Amino acid sequence: MSDPSVAASEPTLDPGAEIKQDDSGRRQDKPRSLGSDAWHELRRKPTFMVSLLIILLVVVMAVFPGLFTHVDPSAADLSHVRQGPSPQAWFGYDVQGSDVYSRVIYGTRASLLVGVLSTIGAVAIGGIVGILAGYYGRLTDSVLSRFADIFAGMPFVLGAIVILMTFNAPGSNPGEVRIITQVVLSIAVLSWPVAMRIMRAATLVAKQQDYVKAARGLGAGPLRIIVRHLLPNTVAPVLVYSTISLGANIGAEATLSYLGIGLRPPVVSWGVMISDAKDYFTVAPHMLLFPAAFVSVTVLAFVMLGDAVRDAFDPKSR
Amino acid sequence: MGRYVLRRLLQLIPVFLGTTFIIYTLVWAIPVDPFAGKCGQRPCPPAYVAAMRAKFNLDDNLFVQYVKYLGRLFTGDFGQTFAGADVSTLIANAYPVTIRLALVALVVEAVVGMTAGVLTGLRKNGFADNLVLVATLMLISLPVFVTGYILRGLFGTPRGTSFFDLIVPGVVLGSLSMAYVARLTRTSIAENRRADFVRTAIAKGLPTGRVVGVHLLRNSVIPVVTFLGTDLGALMGGAIVTEGVFNIRGIGGLVFTNIQQQQGVVVTGVVTLLVLVYLLMSLIVDLLYAVLDPRIRYE
Repeated sequence: MSDPSVAASEPTLDPGAEIKQDDSGRRQDKPRSLGSDAWHELRRKPTFMVSLLIILLVVVMAVFPGLFTHVDPSAADLSHVRQGPSPQAWFGYDVQGSDVYSRVIYGTRASLLVGVLSTIGAVAIGGIVGILAGYYGRLTDSVLSRFADIFAGMPFVLGAIVILMTFNAPGSNPGEVRIITQVVLSIAVLSWPVAMRIMRAATLVAKQQDYVKAARGLGAGPLRIIVRHLLPNTVAPVLVYSTISLGANIGAEATLSYLGIGLRPPVVSWGVMISDAKDYFTVAPHMLLFPAAFVSVTVLAFVMLGDAVRDAFDPKSR
Repeated sequence: MGRYVLRRLLQLIPVFLGTTFIIYTLVWAIPVDPFAGKCGQRPCPPAYVAAMRAKFNLDDNLFVQYVKYLGRLFTGDFGQTFAGADVSTLIANAYPVTIRLALVALVVEAVVGMTAGVLTGLRKNGFADNLVLVATLMLISLPVFVTGYILRGLFGTPRGTSFFDLIVPGVVLGSLSMAYVARLTRTSIAENRRADFVRTAIAKGLPTGRVVGVHLLRNSVIPVVTFLGTDLGALMGGAIVTEGVFNIRGIGGLVFTNIQQQQGVVVTGVVTLLVLVYLLMSLIVDLLYAVLDPRIRYE
């Protein structure tokens, strides 16, 4: 660790400036668009490649769980209850005597599904509302922004608890599809304002550009301007946000299941496994730690991917 | 300034009404029978149901119910549970604990997060920078209850509810935001480090401590303050998981048990209070901008 005061002095400022010059010199040789520039930047980044690999692996796990294990995730053998990791079962057995490794692999699908669908939902609602608010401005903007504030003001966990408990009275057992839909919708409904604000800010900037004025001068209608001119230029920051929030939503699914209001058996998901394991943490920590590790690594991959993409698209941060 | 505050306060009203109305509808209007299971194994006697329906205005139109509820709320009457306990007493018992927990979390995340952010922002791409980046990534990707179980395993559950006892739960509650604060500070410091005013401050021979502490930090702290301010509301709402892990009897546990028992009055009361805290904090943050950066003017 170094003395922070040294860092602020003149010498450290110089190398930074030099690097900047170097960078611009290289780029002058070979002009590139922002997109391809970002791609070249990304390909050289190890974190980008690593997170991409992890995400690919998780997706393959979700689509073809049979490739990774031949053990039935719902097969239970009471003689193995809560046994720790062994060569027969790498991650040990859970409280029903089911193989934790197999359940983690089969749980990927539900967890990823909730994460992807709720992110798509939040980005779709937020994106549409945000671009409309930004484009029309004035009263539309005020009304839509206040409407978004209503949902932003609701504390996430409390809001989700109230929504999920209202639609499923305690003790009831809703079907598999119904509970997944409810969890997806409640995460989306409570998190869309963030996407809306990002989209609105990007639209406000893009709206002032000459090409938008030119398109309007040539007689293009609002729909054409929004779809053909604004959308392609505002979508990047929202996509970066959505990668990061996809990770966060997988974590949210785990939290809701942990509280016993999210997905529930017979659905297998990482959150459900954590919820089953939480009462036995002191005697059998492996039951909680393995699914939690899968949640963490997946979230980590999405956050790292989002970070790398954002840095690549933001020339100022280089 | 006065006009700006007034306008912001007026803007808060529709947001407050919207949020509380949605919660009220969810809690009172959607469940088919709010008295299911209230009287043990048998159905409730009609006299009891009629008395309760009259007490909670359940026979009125939804909007009339909501307005009546709000009217009583503004006179400080949070209502009574089905069993007759005062909701305001329940909240008064649980709220101080949660506020203390949230404050501890806020202090932890502000102090640790900003220190880490300043140290790494000044030296981008150094060893400390990469260390903090990896550490923040870890914190962001760990679900709160996992951090909670690990720290509970190391330190045990708190014995009381004093500030000192709540340090470990506070660290858990604030861990995620701490990572965000560190990253925000780092980006902000790194951006402003090359600014002209910093160069001027160095050039006129100010000690580096003053350059960093006064010139650089004050100009870099605005996004961090925004985050911290709105986070206080989120911390109180999110305390439910931490309170569960550490067995602290705060607002989160109160809401959770009362939703399970379908005590609508308690749920709407607590959520209304939390929404109010969130909205007021975002107003205070907006007003703080002018203190931190005199260039910002309120028209």
